[in-house]
Amino acid sequence: MATLEIKDLHVSVATDDGAKEILKGVDLTVRAGETHAIMGPNGSGKSTLSYAVAGHPKYEVTSGSVTLDGDDVLAMSVDERARAGLFLAMQYPVEVPGVSMSNFLRTAATAVRGEAPKLRTWVKEVKAAMTELEIDPAFAERSVNEGFSGGEKKRHEILQLALLSPKIAILDETDSGLDVDALRVVSDGVNRFKASGETGVLLITHYTRILRHITPDFVHVFAGGRIVESGGSELANVLESEGYVKYTGSQEAAGV
Amino acid sequence: MTAAVEKSHSHGAVVPESSRAEWFTSFDVNAFEVPSGREEIWRFTPMKRLAGLHTGVEATGSATVVVDAPAEVTVETVERGDSRLGAAGTPADRVAAQAYSSFTAATVLTVAKETKASAPVLVTVTGPGAGQVAYGHLQVRAERFAEAVVVLDHRGSGVYADNVEFVLADGAKLTVVSIQDWADDAVHVTAQHARIGRDALLRHTVVTLGGDLVRVSPTAAFADKGGEVELNGLYFADAGQHFEHRTFVDHSQANCTSNVVYKGALQGNDAHTVWIGDVLIRAAAEGTQTYELNRNLLLTDGARADSVPNLEIETGEIAGAGHASATGRFDDEQLFYLQARGIPEDQARRLVVRGFFHELLMKIQVPEVRERLEAAIEAELEAVGV
Repeated sequence: MATLEIKDLHVSVATDDGAKEILKGVDLTVRAGETHAIMGPNGSGKSTLSYAVAGHPKYEVTSGSVTLDGDDVLAMSVDERARAGLFLAMQYPVEVPGVSMSNFLRTAATAVRGEAPKLRTWVKEVKAAMTELEIDPAFAERSVNEGFSGGEKKRHEILQLALLSPKIAILDETDSGLDVDALRVVSDGVNRFKASGETGVLLITHYTRILRHITPDFVHVFAGGRIVESGGSELANVLESEGYVKYTGSQEAAGV
Repeated sequence: MTAAVEKSHSHGAVVPESSRAEWFTSFDVNAFEVPSGREEIWRFTPMKRLAGLHTGVEATGSATVVVDAPAEVTVETVERGDSRLGAAGTPADRVAAQAYSSFTAATVLTVAKETKASAPVLVTVTGPGAGQVAYGHLQVRAERFAEAVVVLDHRGSGVYADNVEFVLADGAKLTVVSIQDWADDAVHVTAQHARIGRDALLRHTVVTLGGDLVRVSPTAAFADKGGEVELNGLYFADAGQHFEHRTFVDHSQANCTSNVVYKGALQGNDAHTVWIGDVLIRAAAEGTQTYELNRNLLLTDGARADSVPNLEIETGEIAGAGHASATGRFDDEQLFYLQARGIPEDQARRLVVRGFFHELLMKIQVPEVRERLEAAIEAELEAVGV
């Protein structure tokens, strides 16, 4: 059973005024079968955590450790992390002009699975996954994310989640910018991914509304670059009614 | 404009110092002064590497021209005095005039009126050999409503300057791919002139992959209304190579359309590319629609791309005119995104470069040529370990 273990993680980002520490000692363990929600106000470092775990070059880990089933994630390149079973659904998926979605998906699946999927079953598999996410088949021939709406980009992130079936998925504000229908479609996709019970989910969000579709086992409040409180799903309800004021000293709603 | 400058707009224009309309042209080399390299049209070119083409070097050898054409296309080798020659345009710089003054025989290809060539015409031009100098001339004639695809394949060693003419009569449709895949020592300066008849269409694609110094100047002029021209270019410069492309679309007739898309990748020390995109919309050219775009991708440090769009507009009665130019490095966010999906870095880089050229490759309608270019791009990427 997969386990992602983050211990005392400190992460800095380079700024014009030198390195600035964003994460100040994060401890978190996500096991297969568990869904963790990380909630926090803007600027608390939630996204930095996801990018640091995925290995974005902009973020420098200054101390601490991240392991996946005991293997040192921080020693791996970005692509090695993905092949080891980590997946990051990005808040702002990147456009790659001239590279078709179908070519991209097949190249990624080949890399992650270690061999090219058989063409016939692959076509069916992609088609089925697209249908479940209510994605128009015409998107397969479009360039990766190019000209996609915010909602279309998020659906395609979950499409990749479905096809690459990682051990641990980090969803970075996947709910942002989604209308009610899209939120349902995307949440259903995440729930199908969870259903096996063999995968772990780390859901990063500012708002509680996605948690009405995807039930977390644990809720963590993120503020000032670390986890300041942890609890069960009931903690989300508290945040919904009280906001983050307790943690930040300023009023910022978590509801909606 | 150089490295990492992003510019894209479709209003206004960059007005060059002297109007393209006033450029001097002549078939006679002696009518041009020997350029020093400081002139606007030569300032990017490393004159020392021109092997004397600009100072009157005489031919010491000859290029081999082999034409493989379907039966519908007439192939002739003609003497200098043939009255058809020079119909598509007049040399606008000294090297082009030198080539026009120096060639001994020209190749003329004619696609008869209302005929569609059943297969692409392949013209293979092999350079005169290392240390040798040659001049050449080629004319492609598409008569009324004729249709053909012509591939010019330049390869081999040596120094070669030539003029290539495309004469499109009314309603003709001509697709041209000019490939410069020279050996590392080669110097090639070519002026390609197109004269486009009423409602005729020219799709012209330049592909420059090899050579020490390659300078291609495609010029398109309209003989009558309703013509359309696409000038496409794809280049891949390695360490030390100088590839220069100077496009010029002369809109002197009403209701004509032009679209210029040039894209290049550069890698290695002193890889240098130049794109100059001149578009002139004369007062009579009402209803003109034109757009030009140049994009450069710097794959390594030490490479330099110059990109200069010039748009002159002498009438307000146009349908549209715009240009865009951008030169940048690899987008790290694209690499991160692809790698975050498990795709190894080298493969991710290749995907991005292939994607960069994809739009242009799709415009090349000759499958054999497209496949060869895809393979050539792969080989270029392989060479730098990208």
